[in-house]
Amino acid sequence: MKKILSFVFALTTLFAMFGITSCDKDDEVTPGPLTLHFENRAGNSKLNFGQAYTNAAGESVTFSTFNYYVSNLKLKKADGTTYEVPNSYFLVKGDTPASQEITLQNVPGGDYVGVEFLLGVDSLKSASDISQRTGALDPAGDAQGMYWMWNSGYIFVKVEGTSPASTEAGNLFFYHIGGFGGYSSPTINNIKNISVASSMNEKASVSKDSHPEVHIYADVLEVFKTPNVLSVAEHSNVMFAPFSTSIANNYADMFSLDHIHND
Amino acid sequence: MKIKYIKLIALLFGLAFTTFITSCKPEDNQPDISLFLPANFPQPVYNTDTNPITPEGFALGKKLFFDPILSRDSSVSCGFCHIPTAAFSNAAHPVSHGIEDKLGIRNAPAVMNMVWHTTFFWDGGVHNLDFTGLNAIQNPVEMDEQLPNLMVKLKRQQTYRKMFTDAFGSDEINTQTLTKALSQFMAMLVSANSRYDKYVRNEAGGNLTPDELEGLQLFKEKKCNTCHATDLFSDFSFRNNGIKDSFDDDKGRFLVTLNPNDTGKFKVPSLRNLQYTYPYMHNGSIGTLEAVLQHYAGGVLPSQTLDSLLIQPDGTPGIPMTELEQTKIIAFLKTLTDPQFIKDPRFAE
Ligand code: HEC
Ligand code: HEC
Repeated sequence: MKKILSFVFALTTLFAMFGITSCDKDDEVTPGPLTLHFENRAGNSKLNFGQAYTNAAGESVTFSTFNYYVSNLKLKKADGTTYEVPNSYFLVKGDTPASQEITLQNVPGGDYVGVEFLLGVDSLKSASDISQRTGALDPAGDAQGMYWMWNSGYIFVKVEGTSPASTEAGNLFFYHIGGFGGYSSPTINNIKNISVASSMNEKASVSKDSHPEVHIYADVLEVFKTPNVLSVAEHSNVMFAPFSTSIANNYADMFSLDHIHND
Repeated sequence: MKIKYIKLIALLFGLAFTTFITSCKPEDNQPDISLFLPANFPQPVYNTDTNPITPEGFALGKKLFFDPILSRDSSVSCGFCHIPTAAFSNAAHPVSHGIEDKLGIRNAPAVMNMVWHTTFFWDGGVHNLDFTGLNAIQNPVEMDEQLPNLMVKLKRQQTYRKMFTDAFGSDEINTQTLTKALSQFMAMLVSANSRYDKYVRNEAGGNLTPDELEGLQLFKEKKCNTCHATDLFSDFSFRNNGIKDSFDDDKGRFLVTLNPNDTGKFKVPSLRNLQYTYPYMHNGSIGTLEAVLQHYAGGVLPSQTLDSLLIQPDGTPGIPMTELEQTKIIAFLKTLTDPQFIKDPRFAE
């Protein structure tokens, strides 16, 4: 009899413990999805390829390519802690709407107030062996055209188009900006730390029942301004060269968090 | 009880039989694919643990290396520029000559002893052997093919689907399997059976003449071996050896580091198989070994980044050498010729 009693006792304690822990989870940490929506902009309007805009140097510019790497994503909570999204490497391409929506699964539940990421591909990954070059990093796949074969490295930001101001054939301009700091000898590093948050203190509330969507603007015209005015007439074609760092300093502030939907 | 014993014996027999068959297989119809690590070489750099060489992977890599399907119009293979009988260089072509006879700007180096290289290409822009093929395939003046398109072309062929399956366990043809197969073939291209190698390893056939031995001595005295170091004959550093004094058409290592001090510096090449790999230098500008030695003795051109080893204490550029000394050094350099390597049937097209 005693035995049975203690058995029942043990069982109830177990149940109780279970109940408590599972309750705990329900309230605070049910993971859920979160989507980052990258919207390409030209100043105050949506970026349309083939449409003419005016850059900071007063030149007319028409775009045909606007691609960039977003990696090492971190989501910032209101309490100052962050969630690092494991192995996060994404290529956002101007001509591929699906690439502009990055849905993260199993994000720990909670209220997020900001997003941090690297614009570019970190040096460790940039120097990694071929088995790690999959998905967005596959030079023969998604990274086609975003990888310098002759100088082992990714093009972090690629902006191409035409402008009457260009000195290149066909009035084309090309900005292929990369450089992760060098493998064995140091060289330019155009990776930028980006951090965006809502100016209106909006929060993205993640749980298993809500799927927030964070809208981030990327303004292509920022590539041409602050701190350096980039004139197509003076620089129609910039690739791996010291001057590329001025362009990278411009694109460092091209992102902003526009709004958050909590559905 | 009895049945158990019989079963055990049958099992043992079966096992012995299969080991017998499999152990026979490689000798019967497959080449020896163990990586040759010569006793006189340092430790290799390429990590074969990440890409173990197998008979199937090697065979696939070899087929890819010699298949012009890798170029846009199926005209040019890797072996077209890296010719086995030229120690996998492009003999007689100063600069590479690719699809539609388009000319590159640099001389195709000998693809040999690649597992010891720390960087690839004359400017060291590529750091891992696995990435070297991708460059040639996409280069508009070499093979000018788009990689995704190449994958489609390869997948269309039954032979390739089978060979990829045999080598990597899946007929999925992707960047990883394509590059690893090419690397398995290139890793195997080890040249270390020259007369000189046999001499330093005390092997049969390792006799050097008095002139050749004096040449070896001079090679060290004149400090050639500072840059052309170890038995790989390169320290794999980037140096300007004074073949030009203006580098506007090809800035060399500068293109990778953007450091002005690297202008005009190129990767120190190996000196093996020179008799097969002419013309010499990154731009193929020197045609004979005699002319190379004359260059070091009296033709070194000064510039900002000229290597200090090539500047004499009084500021005169070059390494003083008599004609006789030059002849002896050349005699020594020719002992680095490895006919066994270029005739190896495992590597022939
Ligand atoms: C059109 C001629 C051409 C073709 C075709 C070609 N190569 Fe090359 N290869 C070159 C030249 C030229 C270089 C040196 C380039 C440089 O330094 O910029 C080179 C360099 C290399 C190197 C580096 C060697 C070193 O010492 O650093 C490797 C490895 C190589 N090629 C492998 C390949 C493979 C694999 C293929 C086929 C997928 C191939 N090549 C096709 C011309 C060619
Ligand atoms: C300061 C370093 C240095 C020294 C010392 C040096 N070399 Fe070189 N050597 C190089 C470099 C770098 C190249 C390639 C240069 C280029 O292509 O721009 C080269 C190229 C060569 C080549 C052509 C190889 C090929 O495949 O194209 C030969 C042959 C050669 N050197 C022999 C010698 C001899 C013999 C000596 C001594 C008399 C010597 N070198 C001293 C750095 C050096």
